[in-house]
Amino acid sequence: MTNLEKRGTVKVINGRYRPNGNFHYIYPNTPIYSDSGELMGVTNPRDITHIHTYGGEAHFFSSLKDGQLWGTRCDNPACEHTGTVNLPYKTYCPDCLKKATPVNLTAVANSTAKVHTFMVTERTGAFNTLEKPVRFINIEFYGVATILMGYLSIGEPKIGMRVVPIFRMLDPTFTILDLSWVPEETPSENLPSGFSFSK
Amino acid sequence: MITFSKRQLKIPEMSKPVYMVTGGMSKFGRAIPEKRIEELAIDAFTEAAEFIDKTPAELKKYIHSCYYGHFADHFGDQLLGEALIHDRLGLDPLGNVGIKTGGATGGSTMWEAFKAVASGYSDCVLAMGWERMDEVPTDEGNHYISCAADKDWETPLGHIYTGYYAVMAQKYWQVFGKSEDSFRKTMAEIAVKNRGYARMNPHAHGPMKITVEDVLNSPVVAFPLRALDCCLMSVGVACAIFCDEKTAFELSDNPLLVYIAAGSHTLRAADRRHMEIPLLTHESAEKYRDLNDRFPGGDRYPGFTGFLAARMAAYYAYGMAGVYDPTEDLDLVELHDAFTISDIQTYEDIGIRPYGEGRTYVESGDCYHTNPHTGKPGKLPANLSGGLIGNMHAVGATGIMQAVEVGQHIWGRWAEMHENQKKWDDFGRTKPGDWQNLQVMGAKRGLAISHAGVGSHVTATILVHPDHQLERRNS
Repeated sequence: MTNLEKRGTVKVINGRYRPNGNFHYIYPNTPIYSDSGELMGVTNPRDITHIHTYGGEAHFFSSLKDGQLWGTRCDNPACEHTGTVNLPYKTYCPDCLKKATPVNLTAVANSTAKVHTFMVTERTGAFNTLEKPVRFINIEFYGVATILMGYLSIGEPKIGMRVVPIFRMLDPTFTILDLSWVPEETPSENLPSGFSFSK
Repeated sequence: MITFSKRQLKIPEMSKPVYMVTGGMSKFGRAIPEKRIEELAIDAFTEAAEFIDKTPAELKKYIHSCYYGHFADHFGDQLLGEALIHDRLGLDPLGNVGIKTGGATGGSTMWEAFKAVASGYSDCVLAMGWERMDEVPTDEGNHYISCAADKDWETPLGHIYTGYYAVMAQKYWQVFGKSEDSFRKTMAEIAVKNRGYARMNPHAHGPMKITVEDVLNSPVVAFPLRALDCCLMSVGVACAIFCDEKTAFELSDNPLLVYIAAGSHTLRAADRRHMEIPLLTHESAEKYRDLNDRFPGGDRYPGFTGFLAARMAAYYAYGMAGVYDPTEDLDLVELHDAFTISDIQTYEDIGIRPYGEGRTYVESGDCYHTNPHTGKPGKLPANLSGGLIGNMHAVGATGIMQAVEVGQHIWGRWAEMHENQKKWDDFGRTKPGDWQNLQVMGAKRGLAISHAGVGSHVTATILVHPDHQLERRNS
């Protein structure tokens, strides 16, 4: 069994995280020498798995595998900005701090999403899993106060371009990478492997 | 549409005046394997002490509390690195605290130090910032920096912070730059200017004698940004000493009044909501009524083209220092030129130029030490240190470096601190044969902008010679 296969998994049992398996791997350090053979320092290799909590936003990330895009709306009548719709999903209204109402924005995205701005880059940081060049797009929606960041899987982005969401419903990662975007009227057979249009 | 209450817009009133008496810097470089960061901290502190003819031990006797700025523990794999530096500086048992606000860490560190003196808690404080970005490979460094974005909604998208910035650059370039070649050339001129000024700075990590064509031919990072449009990733330390009036004049016969304010805006650019443009005192709403007609797509403020945090930091700081029109009232600025385009955006946020017209600050020649069109002094020289593009971006140190550089101009000691052959030799650097004295003659007031992320935190630090205070008329 490889290290990766033994890598730890986590469940929540009785309200607590219960890790199972290996969460860190230790490797020997090595010396760092100068050109003249002088000791300058050492390497400190290690391999760590963190646990991360989604909290109230779990609904958003869980819904992507079902081909649904959720945001939230403040329905507090006493809020100065009641009715504001947020995507990224915010569990609490940032104005009145009352719990916001989840709203399904899938249809809104399908019919109104367009590129607010974008960038294309061949350069990524360590641990990137997106295919290069990465095409970031920032997407605006009718009736939504905010502008979502995402990535375009097909075509070249342009400001004002109409796009529609696609969802990784096969082997989801349960991260924002399960949501991508393609130009409007892209045929379904052209979608990246594992991705589908909304249900 | 979001709005602000009158209470939120109150100009800060400090309990007592605060002075900067000295500051110091280490060498800055992409890698400095021969020294621990603690050793570089001692270099910076020693320079600050010697600047006012004190030994480090003598200066330490005055310090009452310490404020340490360090952006990323990840890079050094050391939590509480602040305490290690505090120990090496021999400043126990003084109270100390670490401050982290991303790229604005240096400015925020001074903000906290400033408030400690203004409140009366301490008569004399140390503000010190640093970063050590050479102890991981560059792509891991880029990943760590991208962790300063939202880890669920942004970081997985490429693990590259430049990307989160580049979408703003793209929008500004298309809306306000109108995708014109002439605008792209103006961006490049900033890179040429700042890297050129860095050649006169022995501390600088990235001095280069380049042309606009060199910038335009450098590799694309994320169009329209090219490699030479981008700031450095540096190692180094900077520090400043702030005092109350009595202590300041004990330590120096020439301390500078300091005013610092801060603003913020959403960490995720995605969360920005529309609002009216908050006006600075020399602006009128009329100026912006036809903004969308002149620049189609420019109607959403701050959208992805303005930095609300910079505007608010300037609003508060200008009110505190009595600055009405920054171009008229200030003699030099050090801006957070993380990218050439964000430099242009900042000209507008802090009121050097109206929104949409930032490019004219460069094209007029006003931002140069010597205006290339007239041969006369620039109206408001910017980033004579070389800035983040030419001098350094050792994140926690950057905002402090900027303030120290501005101070050296107002003290009239810029040449002394940059010409010294021994410093060039100690840093292992060759002083250029055409070294130029960039002292801003007669400088009385200056500004430093320290900026984080895509605009999440910004501080504005204004230094004023006490004989040249401005009357407050906008509080």
